Amino acid sequence: MSNKIFAVVALTVAIALAAVTQLIPNEYFFSAAYTVLLFVILATAWNILGGYTGYVNFGSAAFFAIGAYTTVFFYNAFKAPLLVGIVAGTLVAGLAGLGLGYLTLRLRGVFFAIASLALAVVLFIFVVNWDYVGGARGAYVLQPRDVPFGLPRYIHLIYAVQLLMAAFALVVARAIERSTLGRGLAAIRDDELAAECSGVPTLKLKIFSTMASCALMGMAGTTFPYYLSYIEPSSAFSLSYAVNSIAMPLIGGMMSWIGPLIGAVLLGSVQQLVQVTVSSAWNLLIVGVLLVLFVTLAPNGIMGWVDAWRRRKGR
Amino acid sequence: MFIKAFLRAGLRACLAGLAIACAAIPALAADPIKVGFSMALTGAVAPNGKQLLLALEIWRDDVNAKGGILGRKVEFVYYDDQTSPATVPSIYTKLLDVDKVDLVVSGYGTNVIAPAMPIMMQRNLTFMTLFGLNVNSKFSYDRYFQIMPAGPNPAVGWSQGFFDAAMSMNPKPKTVALVGADAEYPAMALEGAREHAKKTGLKIVYDKTYPPNTVDYSPIVRAIQAANPEVVFVASYPPDSAGMVRAANEVGLKTRIFGGGLVGPQFAALKAQLGPLLNGVVNYEFYAPDLGGRFPFLEQFLAKYQARAAKEGVDPLGFYLPPYAYAMMQVLEQAITATKGLDQAKLAEYIHTNTFDTYVGKVAFAKNGEWAAPRVMMTQYHGITGNDVEQFKKPGRLTVLSPKEYKTGDLKAPYHENKK
Amino acid sequence: MEVSWALLANAVIAGLLLGGFYAAMSVGISISFGMLDVVNIAHPAFIILGSYIAYIVNDRFGFDPIVVSLAVSPLFFLLGAALYRVYYYCFERRGQESLRGLAFFFGILFITEVALVLVFGVDYRMVSTRYGDVTWRAGEVDFPMRLVVPFLVSMVMVIGVQLFLTRTFFGRAVLAVAQDQLALRLMGVNPVRVKELAFALSIATAGVAGAFLIVIQPVQPAIGREFIGLVFAVCVLGGMGSILGTLLGAFVLGLAESFTSTFFGPSWAPAVSFGLLLATLAFRPSGILGR
Repeated sequence: MSNKIFAVVALTVAIALAAVTQLIPNEYFFSAAYTVLLFVILATAWNILGGYTGYVNFGSAAFFAIGAYTTVFFYNAFKAPLLVGIVAGTLVAGLAGLGLGYLTLRLRGVFFAIASLALAVVLFIFVVNWDYVGGARGAYVLQPRDVPFGLPRYIHLIYAVQLLMAAFALVVARAIERSTLGRGLAAIRDDELAAECSGVPTLKLKIFSTMASCALMGMAGTTFPYYLSYIEPSSAFSLSYAVNSIAMPLIGGMMSWIGPLIGAVLLGSVQQLVQVTVSSAWNLLIVGVLLVLFVTLAPNGIMGWVDAWRRRKGR
Repeated sequence: MFIKAFLRAGLRACLAGLAIACAAIPALAADPIKVGFSMALTGAVAPNGKQLLLALEIWRDDVNAKGGILGRKVEFVYYDDQTSPATVPSIYTKLLDVDKVDLVVSGYGTNVIAPAMPIMMQRNLTFMTLFGLNVNSKFSYDRYFQIMPAGPNPAVGWSQGFFDAAMSMNPKPKTVALVGADAEYPAMALEGAREHAKKTGLKIVYDKTYPPNTVDYSPIVRAIQAANPEVVFVASYPPDSAGMVRAANEVGLKTRIFGGGLVGPQFAALKAQLGPLLNGVVNYEFYAPDLGGRFPFLEQFLAKYQARAAKEGVDPLGFYLPPYAYAMMQVLEQAITATKGLDQAKLAEYIHTNTFDTYVGKVAFAKNGEWAAPRVMMTQYHGITGNDVEQFKKPGRLTVLSPKEYKTGDLKAPYHENKK
Repeated sequence: MEVSWALLANAVIAGLLLGGFYAAMSVGISISFGMLDVVNIAHPAFIILGSYIAYIVNDRFGFDPIVVSLAVSPLFFLLGAALYRVYYYCFERRGQESLRGLAFFFGILFITEVALVLVFGVDYRMVSTRYGDVTWRAGEVDFPMRLVVPFLVSMVMVIGVQLFLTRTFFGRAVLAVAQDQLALRLMGVNPVRVKELAFALSIATAGVAGAFLIVIQPVQPAIGREFIGLVFAVCVLGGMGSILGTLLGAFVLGLAESFTSTFFGPSWAPAVSFGLLLATLAFRPSGILGR
């Protein structure tokens, strides 16, 4: 299936899902689904750099927060509509990724990982001290009273937007995976030295991969202030985003675009369920334990199992 | 075969009858009133959340023992919000749309109140809230009510008592240092303090914040000392409150009045930890045994609370948050009884236009949902010896400086000469 | 703000004392990351674990937390050895340590934190020591014992580690492993056992550093994450694989934070530390004393 056809299919499925689910009467579904979709985008974005290229980014929360705070900035400065916030947030996060990549990708992957963590801390302090976006006190982003497209409540709108963004992220990931760029990234992942020797422009590809990954992570964050109406640094930079964006692709399978989708839907739904049933200290324990179990026993995730099963069947 | 069919039909008939009987039974008993909320049982303010939950449960048990409200028992439906705003919309939409609760109250803190506001406003619900800072200034919702006694202008009302005490010193001080954590509450408290400084003509000689995970507070206190302020106002959360008080003792801070907005010493854990280091510090409290018989019902409540607190591993004193949670539910209860129902519009109107008798005294609300008048007590610690908690259950460990109607003594200045 | 020499002197003293403590926290990473190439992101989790163990015993029996941690360090040693075994069999042997090993340690970090929350709750815990509230004053310069005692013990520990690595047989084997594993194998030493020992040592130092932490400040399970960046910053700054480099890096960071706190405002102190890290990574990734 070529990328264009896949894009059309993905878009159609997203719109169809958005339309059909509007019929669900209770609002809780949209709230929970929004959060799961957020993780779909984050996991897919992380995997572009993590799974495809082999570079671990611990600072997913930083780029997520960049997307969120750019929206806040544009809201405060220009009372800009949501779409402007989304585009701006994605671009700024991409630029930040470019900066991080340029600084550290010439070194070993480990330094990139540490630098991404350091970036998260520095950015957190910067936001905490920046009063224009609320600083430590947080910023309020008021949902508009009139919801466009005749939808009943605002949550329906951002849920639909999130669905479209998730479809977009999947299309981008799949396009990268199947392109020449993707093959170059796979070469870097498997053996960077050999790739460089074979003529793969590793630095350029890595920087591009970082930019794409970080831009999409920022995109995931852009609707967040509207979802909550309130955003403050500690929760925007929450380390749970970093852990989940690593755990979900790991569990789903890092080799292709389907893995993060499966991992995010599965793990995200479980977390949503646990949140309203059992005590939530167990929530994080579940993620941690699953992460460790999968990384030691099933390094290729669920998709790895599926592939192994398919191969066995094929014989 | 005929017998089998007969038996099957008979079984079906019995099951149907049983089902109808079961459906009928609940309709005979009165439906319980379901109150839904999120509470921080894990995360940064979990200790506070757990105390509040205990207080709410004591209220529920008291009310149900008297037969409920309007003859209906009260039931709670709550989920852990992990002190994270991200969980709040899901929790409250589940409470309202799936669990179908009749009333909602908030969790603890601005973090979890603010994200719930749009949901309340969309559905026109009356929303009683626990300790959010000035949340309604952004939303201007007329069915929002706040049980924290900071008054209609919370930022300013919070430190009013401190600056009144400072300006009561003779001669009047001329300089002030402001310091606090990089976080929501301290930022707001400092903003209010700046306004007070302007009003009283105090010159601000130090005005900085520190990150919440600071390890060593001595450099900060030394820098403050270097500015030689006569008044030092601190707005902090429990870990940094402990750090600042320790550092002030370590460095030997010399100033005339020190404290004001430290969160933490109100809790038993910090009182015990810091012990005599707290002597001389001026700070806000919500209750002290020195208030004597002013609040008799409160003392009964505290006895109940303290008995259960030890078992449940929450703050053994319960002076700070639990009485206010109880009072909040009393307001709601009285409103429901008076309006004879759960109509959200009538409840909101009743709460706006009446004064309530609660365990923390008379409660009335301003137009913006905050208290009509601030009632933050400013106290000065003294006479604390050793690190045991029991000494705080008896009077004599602090002097109440304001408000006037509860005053038990005068400020002893300067700070560094009155640390006993 | 008047900058008196007393203010300056105190800022320097506080920075050095803090730096000593940072060195204790980071010496383990210097071994595991600097020499063994194991990116143990979960190192702070073991520091916090050490803090809590010191807390429990101090709370129950009143023993000094630092003494407790030294007594308990063999347990941490064994824990480290076991952890390395798992890491080796699952990742290093298969050559997948970069991505999966990192994720593994990240998971360990989280599990430790959440387990501590489930057992102890999120309240801040403190210890009571006989010297905790004592401050030795030399004129206008203060030496709070709360910082001095951990500093002294930390120096002993760091110098002890350095002596171990340079003067003993096993220590030199560790340095050899860092340089050339194949050569070591050819000389009849099992590099896996050597690495296991070194990693165990790093976790043992983490346990002791945990006691220092809880003497200096109150501890709760989540604060481990705040130190991840700091310990790696110290190692990278000082130069990987050099204990003395780590010491230097720790002092630099401690001084930077102390000066920033005192003269520019405490708000920016962590940013300075990490800014230093990013700058080091960008311009001199081998650090001050690195090879």
